[in-house]
Amino acid sequence: MATTAEHFQGHAEDHGHDHDHKPAFFARWFMSTNHKDIGTMYLIFAIFAGVIGGAVSGIMRLELAEPGIQYLGFFSQLVGDDPSNFNATLHMWNVLITAHGLIMVFFMVMPAIIGGFGNWFVPLMIGAPDMAFPRMNNVSFWLTVAGFCSLMFSAFVPGGTGMGAGTGWTVYAPLSTSGSPGPAVDFGIFALHLAGAGSIMGAINFITTIFNMRAPGMTMHKMPLFVWSVLVTAFLLLLSLPVLAAAITMLLTDRNFGTTFFDASGGGDPVLYQHLFWFFGHPEVYIMILPGFGIISQIISTFSKKPVFGYLGMAYAMVAIGVVGFIVWAHHMYATGLSVNTKMYFTAATMVIAVPTGIKIFSWIATMWGGSIEFKSPMVWAIGFIFLFTVGGVTGVVLANGGVDDVLHDTYYVVAHFHYVLSLGAVTALFAGFYYWFPKMSGKMHSELLAHLHFWVFFVGVNMIFFPMHFLGLQGMPRRYPDYAEAFAYWNHFATVGYMIMAASMGIWFVNIIYAFAAGRKAEDNYWGEGATTLEWTLSSPPPYHQFETLPVIEETAHH
Amino acid sequence: MKSGTNASAVSQSVKALGISLASVLAVAATPAFAQDAASAPAAAATEAVAGSYTPMKPTPGVGMPVPEGIGLQDQYSKLGEYGAWIHNGVLLPIITVICLLVLALLIIVVLRYNRRANPVASKTSHNTLIEVIWTLVPVLILIGIAVPSIDLIAKQYKPAPKGALTIKVTGNQWFWTYGYPDNGDFEVVSNMLNPVTGPTINNGIRKVGSEPWDGPSHLEVDNRMVVPAGEPIRLQITASDVIHSFAVPSLWFKLDAVPGRINEKVLMIDKPGVYYGQCSELCGAKHGYMPIAVEALPRDKYNAWVMTHPGAKVDNPNAPAGSETDYLPGEEPAGAAPAADASAAPAAVEAE
Repeated sequence: MATTAEHFQGHAEDHGHDHDHKPAFFARWFMSTNHKDIGTMYLIFAIFAGVIGGAVSGIMRLELAEPGIQYLGFFSQLVGDDPSNFNATLHMWNVLITAHGLIMVFFMVMPAIIGGFGNWFVPLMIGAPDMAFPRMNNVSFWLTVAGFCSLMFSAFVPGGTGMGAGTGWTVYAPLSTSGSPGPAVDFGIFALHLAGAGSIMGAINFITTIFNMRAPGMTMHKMPLFVWSVLVTAFLLLLSLPVLAAAITMLLTDRNFGTTFFDASGGGDPVLYQHLFWFFGHPEVYIMILPGFGIISQIISTFSKKPVFGYLGMAYAMVAIGVVGFIVWAHHMYATGLSVNTKMYFTAATMVIAVPTGIKIFSWIATMWGGSIEFKSPMVWAIGFIFLFTVGGVTGVVLANGGVDDVLHDTYYVVAHFHYVLSLGAVTALFAGFYYWFPKMSGKMHSELLAHLHFWVFFVGVNMIFFPMHFLGLQGMPRRYPDYAEAFAYWNHFATVGYMIMAASMGIWFVNIIYAFAAGRKAEDNYWGEGATTLEWTLSSPPPYHQFETLPVIEETAHH
Repeated sequence: MKSGTNASAVSQSVKALGISLASVLAVAATPAFAQDAASAPAAAATEAVAGSYTPMKPTPGVGMPVPEGIGLQDQYSKLGEYGAWIHNGVLLPIITVICLLVLALLIIVVLRYNRRANPVASKTSHNTLIEVIWTLVPVLILIGIAVPSIDLIAKQYKPAPKGALTIKVTGNQWFWTYGYPDNGDFEVVSNMLNPVTGPTINNGIRKVGSEPWDGPSHLEVDNRMVVPAGEPIRLQITASDVIHSFAVPSLWFKLDAVPGRINEKVLMIDKPGVYYGQCSELCGAKHGYMPIAVEALPRDKYNAWVMTHPGAKVDNPNAPAGSETDYLPGEEPAGAAPAADASAAPAAVEAE
């Protein structure tokens, strides 16, 4: 026994000067099995995809700044359309909205919040040396990259009226089947297959890791809320993505092999596709926001120097949101001609979600209540999140009403709603998490001044973009329009100005990253101080290449 | 089928069956029809109506968005007024109060519990009473919202009375066609007028503003969907290619046009006017260029408009039903329409 220990320690001493023994560049980054490296790659990939998705929305806001078609022709020529074909020019708009939606959902928010922060911090927070299936973790990442390449490629091949897939991110049949000849939509569908397969593997990995690799004493009810949020998210992914995979596989066979799953003339039903899509699609929106909830809980607790208020209520509110999220899908389909009882049921069920969401909002405020709050940048982003998410949440209650949705469905009101919960909710949570953990991941402190500035410019910008969209929607402006009546011009122009402000805030963010690497001071182990109590703060910044070779033991009294 | 007024999925083959069924019914109904025609004074009135129509000039701000507008469009249907009341009178105040409450709590927390004001953090992390309160109060608020909301849905699904005028709306890439089976089965093709500046959207269609009655650019069409005001109209909505959505914000109306299905809903417009809407389901390149213009006219002017079409006839919505069965939701429309109206017109209009 003693010999073994001696031998082990002697071995460690041999490599003492290079404890981490990292592999060489290619092996480290292309054949990685390290959760932190894979997390880093996910984050870099998400930033890259986010820049492209953000640029696409920039083109859209540019086109929408004034009524008429001004810039689409130029961009459609870039992908190889005939400039004299006006329909191809207009098709470009649909390609842009499709690309923006798919990129932001599948290749920005999901890779960043689950692949990036989930990979990095779930093992650290539960005291595990790595993920349960390190090799599969790598496969997940590269499948996501391959999916992104497939989606990008689809823009340069014919998609019916013009180059690229112009179906919207929802890929509704029959527009996506008989309405879009050419290979573009096939490549788009393949992109979803690849990204979906990657996410399913990721979900399996997280569930196995969290169930089996918690450090001694880390019971389920002691796990940090971020880990809880990733666990619930992983279950949502595992249960919903196969349904999407089935639906888009049926699209593929309808398109290429003569089946008629979604074609009424062959006995199929276009509305069936919508049911399948939204059975995935609604849990998907919680997949994007739940890990954000987890990040916000960690940050609020850290900077209030208090444990999270109502920990069990918070954890099970997320479980409840996940469960109820599976039985509300048809509220995306109120205009398709649902029967009266179906519409009433989905109205009532959808409103139920407001209850656990309300519990979370009030619990965050109660966590701050009585605290000793330090307004470091992650905390400012987190407080901003609470307010913006509340605004997005209450408009969700409005849209939940099937009878009221008759006037708001598929208008800019819906665009405003889901951007308040995603662009201003999930993305704000991402930035909060970024500033919270960036020094831990990189070992370098960012500039707090720039981080605060980033927040305020971003806050003003995104509110200018998206708040007026409520007005446009109430006035009846439909979504997915490249051109509009003169009456809609004022608020559209206003939103475009907001976009430029938001874009400027992204510039501040990039400057901050450059500053951190070039001149940032070295980050201590626990740079946020006494409030930061989870396990990642017991490690160095950045953590060693392999952490917790001796498992930490969580004492009875330790709190999350 | 389901208990809704629509959701009757009709495949192409079933459609064909519907047409033959309708023709059989037409033959069977002939004696009854002849009898009705002989006794009904409406038949005589039909011949008296002369065809005449000048498109109505829309009132600025009515039935269309207004510049810099921030609220719902004014409503011109009873259900729209009810829906707008639920939004403006119930939902909007509640969500505003909730947002302000959260904002106020955040401001209080920021002012009272910052590091300077409160150097030592409390360790409170549980309070059962307050957790019960912030679970139950939202539940009660939601129940309060649900009562009028569910009531609105119930009212919206009330089926059209027997004898109501049926209009068939078909979405196409990228224009609307309106069929009038009760008025001699003519069809109106409705294209957006081309904007004054910019490329031509629809070849062979005039520019907006070239006639005195033209409404706003991007919303006005060459041939409007003309309907009678003040009476319930049965809209049967379908599509010929991909999914479209027939939406008119000032009439609180939106229903998808799904190929192979007929979605049905009642439209009742309070007063004459022109009400604009736009396609509200992504349908391809010119999705943004297939607006809807509904022109509601008094009954006599509607009849006069009808008679401008060759082979048209005036329907009589108030004629006693020549049939035994009430129109039931989900019933095969091809059978229901002739039975209710005692007119021989087959309801299964083929737009394609």
